[in-house]
Amino acid sequence: MKSKKTLFGTLTLTAMLALTACGGNSGGTTTTEPTTGTGGTTTPPTTSEQPADTAISGSILAVGSTALQPLVDQVGQKFMEENAEVTVQVQGGGSGTGLTQVSEGAADIGNSDVFAEEKLDADKAAELVDHQVAVVAMATVVNKDAGVDNLTKQQLLDVFSGKVTNWSEVGGADKKITIVNRPSSSGTRATFEKYALGEKVENVEGSIEQDSSGTVKQIIADTSGAVGYLAFSYLDDTVTALSYDGVEPTDENVQSGEYPVWAYEHMYTKGEPEGATKAFLDYFMTEEVQNSDVTELGYIPVSSMEVKRDAEGKVVQ
Amino acid sequence: MNAKTADKIATGVIIFFAIVIVAILGGLLGFILVRGLSHISWDFLTSPSQNFKAGGGIGPQLFNSLFLLVLTMIITVPLGLGGGIYMAEYAKENKITGFIRLVVEVLSSFPSIVVGLFGLLLFVNTFKLGYSLLAGAIALAIFNLPLMVRITEQSFRAVPREQKEAGLALGLSKWKIITSILLPVALPSLITGTILAAGRVFGEAAALLFTSGMTTPPLDFTDWNPLNPRSPINPLRSAETLAVHIWKVNSEGRIPDAKDVSAGASAVLVIMVLIFNLIARWFGRFVYRKITASKQVN
Amino acid sequence: MENNKAAANNKRRGFARHQREDMIGKIYTYLCVLMLIVVIVSIVYFVASKGLATFITDGVSPFEFLFGTHWSPDGTNPSFGALPFIAGSFVVSMLAALIAGPLSICAALFMTEIVPGKGKRILQPVIELLSGIPSVVYGFIGLTVLVPFISTVSGGNTLGYGVAAGALVLSVMILPTITSIAADALASLPRGMREASYALGATRWQTIYRVILPTLAPSLWTGIILGIARAFGEALAVQMVIGNAPFLPKSLLTSASTLTSVITLNMTNTSTGSVQNNVLWSMALMLLFMTFVFIIIVRLLQRRNKL
Repeated sequence: MKSKKTLFGTLTLTAMLALTACGGNSGGTTTTEPTTGTGGTTTPPTTSEQPADTAISGSILAVGSTALQPLVDQVGQKFMEENAEVTVQVQGGGSGTGLTQVSEGAADIGNSDVFAEEKLDADKAAELVDHQVAVVAMATVVNKDAGVDNLTKQQLLDVFSGKVTNWSEVGGADKKITIVNRPSSSGTRATFEKYALGEKVENVEGSIEQDSSGTVKQIIADTSGAVGYLAFSYLDDTVTALSYDGVEPTDENVQSGEYPVWAYEHMYTKGEPEGATKAFLDYFMTEEVQNSDVTELGYIPVSSMEVKRDAEGKVVQ
Repeated sequence: MNAKTADKIATGVIIFFAIVIVAILGGLLGFILVRGLSHISWDFLTSPSQNFKAGGGIGPQLFNSLFLLVLTMIITVPLGLGGGIYMAEYAKENKITGFIRLVVEVLSSFPSIVVGLFGLLLFVNTFKLGYSLLAGAIALAIFNLPLMVRITEQSFRAVPREQKEAGLALGLSKWKIITSILLPVALPSLITGTILAAGRVFGEAAALLFTSGMTTPPLDFTDWNPLNPRSPINPLRSAETLAVHIWKVNSEGRIPDAKDVSAGASAVLVIMVLIFNLIARWFGRFVYRKITASKQVN
Repeated sequence: MENNKAAANNKRRGFARHQREDMIGKIYTYLCVLMLIVVIVSIVYFVASKGLATFITDGVSPFEFLFGTHWSPDGTNPSFGALPFIAGSFVVSMLAALIAGPLSICAALFMTEIVPGKGKRILQPVIELLSGIPSVVYGFIGLTVLVPFISTVSGGNTLGYGVAAGALVLSVMILPTITSIAADALASLPRGMREASYALGATRWQTIYRVILPTLAPSLWTGIILGIARAFGEALAVQMVIGNAPFLPKSLLTSASTLTSVITLNMTNTSTGSVQNNVLWSMALMLLFMTFVFIIIVRLLQRRNKL
């Protein structure tokens, strides 16, 4: 008898769990609905339409880029401290996941390393509103024994497309070139190819693909003749960061627009953001966040940029 | 070469290989423990992980692994028990049973990453659970179900026929015999098997990348209302387990001390698996002794 | 005694209760079995529907997918040749079996033939622990010990990431699978068979390779096939050490990819519904398909075993 009881006990427990799960879920969607709503529709009065003087409330789900996740997480926690009625949930999962989920309405904010146009169909991308919250710049990085400190765009392309296989061919030491690349779907790679090489290149035989910047840095530091690319925040004296067409990879050169290898970190919403989501994104753009959290994590504040870029990569002043 | 020499050489080779295997295990355990134990402290086990700074702990990850294990077992045990009882007691030797056996075999051979992808498609996306503990638990349950069915079937089949016949002689219904005669006898091996299966769940990562996710929201360990998003026991929050954390810090992570954190986390994982193994053995023996002892009293 | 009392009670309450209990039991167990079938059917259905979309909706040629060697999903002229990954999966899992197979069979022989009893007491827990170590831990050790080691051995010319590292990590991971199946098979061998051989004056080794191994060949192959199946589907440990370059594995020391490593690295970075994402599902379908192939091989081997 006793064992039977425990058996049914577990069964009921499972059922209860399923119930709470459903309850929790529907609860979640009702609170997020107003903020994800495709705008314009006749939504009944919701948190988003409450007068401005009441406290902001609601829950925000931001999904996407693993590179951007730590920043959003940190800002989200600060935002929650200031607004007790708001919960910000940040999930990783990659830029593709983030864009898909925000486009389907499953998340309020889709974090992405690349423009939505590069991952989604044109009509789906058109529904999304871009919020550029930070700038990430990348430098070409080589092992110290490569003997180079500057490469032109053409030389860089030759190296990464495998036309050049020894550093001596581009004015460096007599060392074999070993390429440490990123996976083809990686935002870091997309940025590097687009703005440093000017075109997509195929992997070279003998190269490897790594997704982790920490691992990439370690491999380059440890392997003779290795080359790769890293965000500025990873640069230190264990590796050599190369100048690009004679321009040093520094924050100032990025801000002035002289150093071109950089990209925006995007937070996409479906339609114009409302309510808590809008408040959160506005908070992200305040000087308080841009000049502390953003720089602390090695990004460059968007507000400090003297140049702007559109999705095609064209620079606009 | 005569037969005697060949025999000696072959024996030598076999013994050598056996020693190699023991050495591999010794080397692995030694490496993990030496490398990892120095990094394990109370602080490491309880403090939250860091995203980009050194010095993070594995507190939430450890909690997630344990909680996910509980959720998984709540789903797996009743289903696996039912399936196993069917196979042992109800199934007739016919084509349908053969088919079900095939299903169990196929299910147990599916790569865990495929089960994870299925979870992503159905639970995370279609059912809109998002990256969540619940989606992860269901995926792990699917992954673990065939094993549980097999354990149950074997445990029930191992019960002596006489026990069952005694029940039949008493005029009990079949279900009554199963629950009040066979189950208690099968229980020790059931529990041992379940604990070993739990150890497997504990270290699983590939199925979880796409279901329970690679991030954990900041947890408030004073809030135990499962509906609150910051509550540790909210089944709809995303949760990065210990095993997933090891993979993440090595493959996508930003923290500079990834190697130390993974070494520490690996040591914790391995120690947990060792503990599961020991408990399973100890418990099996304990219950066995208790049951046989109580019989003597009767 | 208690059982007797309970039984008497039950009898008194009559037949209806009896039937109701049986009904509950039947419904419960049948539902559980039904669940199993529903799960497997839906896994196959969902993965297949996504995996086939690459060819049906996106118009990628299945021929290109299976035999194309050029992988460039994001290029200006995207091409989806997945042969490098299919080949990579086969090469690392076969190599792993090549290393683990002999080792495992020796371990099983050690347990049952060389030092029966004692050998088992030593090796059995070792094998169980090896199978209990989580795959990410194997990956991590591969990354921190094996990869630098291979790099040093090769004279520092390679990074150490590659086919060799992947196969070695996998071989340790499938050791327990093959060993336990081989040991079970050896244990099931009738005692008389060995004694007959010894009685004819055969040495132990002659007995092993003339009598035991041929008799058990189907079972041993079953173990090896299941080991390959496990290696084929293993994802994270391999991904961490293989280097992930999308090329056919040409040498042991060059970086390559497997089906699982490509899926792991790119699944979350691509958006659902895009061809870059769908093609990953096609690879998952390929993994499913191979699972069925491995099971069919095992079944055929078992049939031979019975004859």
